[in-house]
Amino acid sequence: MLEFLLGPEAAQLLAMDSWGGALWRGLLATLQIAVGGYALGILIGIGGAFGKLYGGPVIKDLLELYTTIVRAVPELVLILLLYYAGNSLVNVILGHLGLGPIEINGLVAGIYVIGVVQGAYTTEVIRGAINAVPPGQIEAARAFGMPPMKVLRRITLPAMLPYALPGLANLWLIATKDTALLSIVGFSELTLATKQAAGATKSYFLFYSVAALLYLAVTILSMRGIRWLERRSRRGLHVVGG
Amino acid sequence: MAQTSPTLAQRLRATPRHRVIMAVVFAALFLTLAFTMRWDWLPRYWPMILEGVWTTIWLLGLSVALGFVLAVPIGLVQVIGPKPLARLAAGYCTLIRGTPLLIQIFFLYYGLGSLFPHIPEIRGSWLWPYLREAWPYALLALTLSFAGYEGEIMRGAFAGVPKGELEAAQAFGMPPGKILRRIWLPRAFQRVLPTLAGEVVLQLKSTPLVATITVFDAYGVISRIRSDTYITYEPLLVLALIYVILAAVIVAVFRYLERRIPTR
Repeated sequence: MLEFLLGPEAAQLLAMDSWGGALWRGLLATLQIAVGGYALGILIGIGGAFGKLYGGPVIKDLLELYTTIVRAVPELVLILLLYYAGNSLVNVILGHLGLGPIEINGLVAGIYVIGVVQGAYTTEVIRGAINAVPPGQIEAARAFGMPPMKVLRRITLPAMLPYALPGLANLWLIATKDTALLSIVGFSELTLATKQAAGATKSYFLFYSVAALLYLAVTILSMRGIRWLERRSRRGLHVVGG
Repeated sequence: MAQTSPTLAQRLRATPRHRVIMAVVFAALFLTLAFTMRWDWLPRYWPMILEGVWTTIWLLGLSVALGFVLAVPIGLVQVIGPKPLARLAAGYCTLIRGTPLLIQIFFLYYGLGSLFPHIPEIRGSWLWPYLREAWPYALLALTLSFAGYEGEIMRGAFAGVPKGELEAAQAFGMPPGKILRRIWLPRAFQRVLPTLAGEVVLQLKSTPLVATITVFDAYGVISRIRSDTYITYEPLLVLALIYVILAAVIVAVFRYLERRIPTR
């Protein structure tokens, strides 16, 4: 079994001009979608949280529907639904504009799908964090006559960040792992690259171990960064028993 | 009947107007979907769908039960175990939580599965007929995954039981095994119970991944229908509805359990 894990055979398979390069490109694609989807999720989350907190009754109910459904349906099913629905929606719109159908860029589709799924969770995290901000701070900003957007930029967002960070950090880790599901719709990220490499060489054990280690490395490095960020964001904050 | 109708009217009047309008809009949307989309495949495949849902349910139930049994020692050794064992358990939790479940499933099914035929002892054993099927790998992957996530939670739960309660049990002369059985484990379980519903729903949402290794759960059956009939959306909508219903049932069951177990 050991010659599976080590030895010249494995080294040859993992060389950059062999399957190692494919895995490396897969990892880069995974990180690209994770970063893009996560960023889109945060944008949706900020909008969603504000809609849930300050929006009208219809917006509140619609957002509740969005977060409930996304959190109850498996990511895999959502990805398939969003992927096909998004694809045909764009083509229907293009058709009405008199343009021909287009093949949607896999990267864009991946970011959109991961972003919409993440957005539901981010909405809940940010809503909770905004609720945790002492209301006096936001009221003080309003009393100073700040317009709503300035309150958002200068007070609410920075003040809620320390409360939102643990939840947001967790969502980042989930985003990196959810990208693996895109292999089902044929997007060539790390998992699909691994599957192809393993299938072509029949070295299943080797390639799946390497892929697991790569994902693990992303997680562990992210956790380090998260710890640093959390310490930094809590500067000057009174922490009981911290 | 005479009594329910006024209360219904009252309840309707108390409902905000926008909710009524939204309900009408959604009902219209639902009817449009029902009449414009294709549902003729549904009766034909209905028994198959039920079978798939049943596979999902037993995979979920078994993996949660077995995973929880594994999670107890994983959590416990991280609190009181010797250093090497505690490290091993912590490393296991990091490994499971740091890699996608899909990779874990592929690793077990293709990775380990490709090694087994080379080992004659395994080929000759009674296990072999099972190891050639896909569901044992699916169950194993789901169980190990649940144990990893739940083990981390159990660690916090064991550590969070007030010291005084354990010391009181010791003062009564209870041997360590009895303390664990009568005090520590029940109190830790009480602490995780509110989070358990969410964890089981998360596990439910992980189950469709087993379809990638040819296990016919609810998702597997629906993908089969999609490739058989070339219908893109309708089966997926049915599938989403199935999962929403299952998630609601899980939440309701745990709410019932929580109410039955006294917190104080």
